[in-house]
Amino acid sequence: MARPGVRATDAKKINSELFTLTYGALVSQLLKDYENAEDVNRQLDRMGYNIGVRIIEDFLARTSTARCTDMRDTAEKIQSAFKMYLGVNPTVTSWSSASDEFSLLFDQNPMTEFVELPESCLSLKYCNLFCGIIRGACEMVQLEVTSWFVQDSLKGDPTTELRVKFVKKLEDAMPAGED
Amino acid sequence: MADDALFDFLHMEIVSQVTKSDPGSLQDGVTMSKLEQIGYSTGYRFIERLTKDLSRFKDELEVMKAICKDFWSAVFKKQVDNLRTNHQGVYVLQDNKFRFLASISNSRQYLELAPKYLVFTCGLLRGALASLGLTCIVTAEVTTMPACKFQVHLQRA
Repeated sequence: MARPGVRATDAKKINSELFTLTYGALVSQLLKDYENAEDVNRQLDRMGYNIGVRIIEDFLARTSTARCTDMRDTAEKIQSAFKMYLGVNPTVTSWSSASDEFSLLFDQNPMTEFVELPESCLSLKYCNLFCGIIRGACEMVQLEVTSWFVQDSLKGDPTTELRVKFVKKLEDAMPAGED
Repeated sequence: MADDALFDFLHMEIVSQVTKSDPGSLQDGVTMSKLEQIGYSTGYRFIERLTKDLSRFKDELEVMKAICKDFWSAVFKKQVDNLRTNHQGVYVLQDNKFRFLASISNSRQYLELAPKYLVFTCGLLRGALASLGLTCIVTAEVTTMPACKFQVHLQRA
């Protein structure tokens, strides 16, 4: 299929660019629709949540991981999920003394590869989708967590830091519906 | 190195995000054009990344071939199954197992929902062609999932 002159395409790299560009187009459409960056953050988080509750199934099926024993275990699995789905390897650091809160540090973030935030979008959390994904995915394995960005390289911070905090263990019950 | 699953889920979410703002309005031009616009700007930028090392295309047909092979493989992991043209600026691209429909159904079930999963790709195509200098209108049709046809009408200046 490759014609002369076509480079051997790095399929994975191309694929990642497609994802990044699609996400960028989505965010800019949301900014047009909502005008208010706070609302966009909320929508991104909600969409992430919906992705999270589905992607956890894919993750469990493909990795056949067992139930987590503690938060450190969970952190490791979240880290490997980032590796698997985005090809990035965030560092897990800054544990709280009670071991219920940690940070994921991203040196490079493929999601923001082609992104520049204009002055008017300073309250936009560009990667807020991640927070939703983590929340949704953890909820499906009965962990209630919250996560938020502490540092964002798009806003001039040296790295991107995502903080994840364990809230409580969910009891066996019917999972809540979407939205 | 984003995984395929992640892209599929993102696409699903984009569709539901855009269409839910006014439910029951598949016919609604505004909703669909938003979805198409997201595809358009993605396609417009993506083709630039994809073709940055290629030599210039000789003619229209060569552009369409590149779309069917390189572009389609990069986005959907397969080539277009059939390309037809009337040599007057109309091209029909047929995909017998379209990725965004493949996991929905392989019969007529949910057929009425299929169109909204094609709009993003119509935009993607239109954007890619626009970036390569061809202005066009792209429409899509499905008769049995997961096969579908994209019809490209080139607008001659």
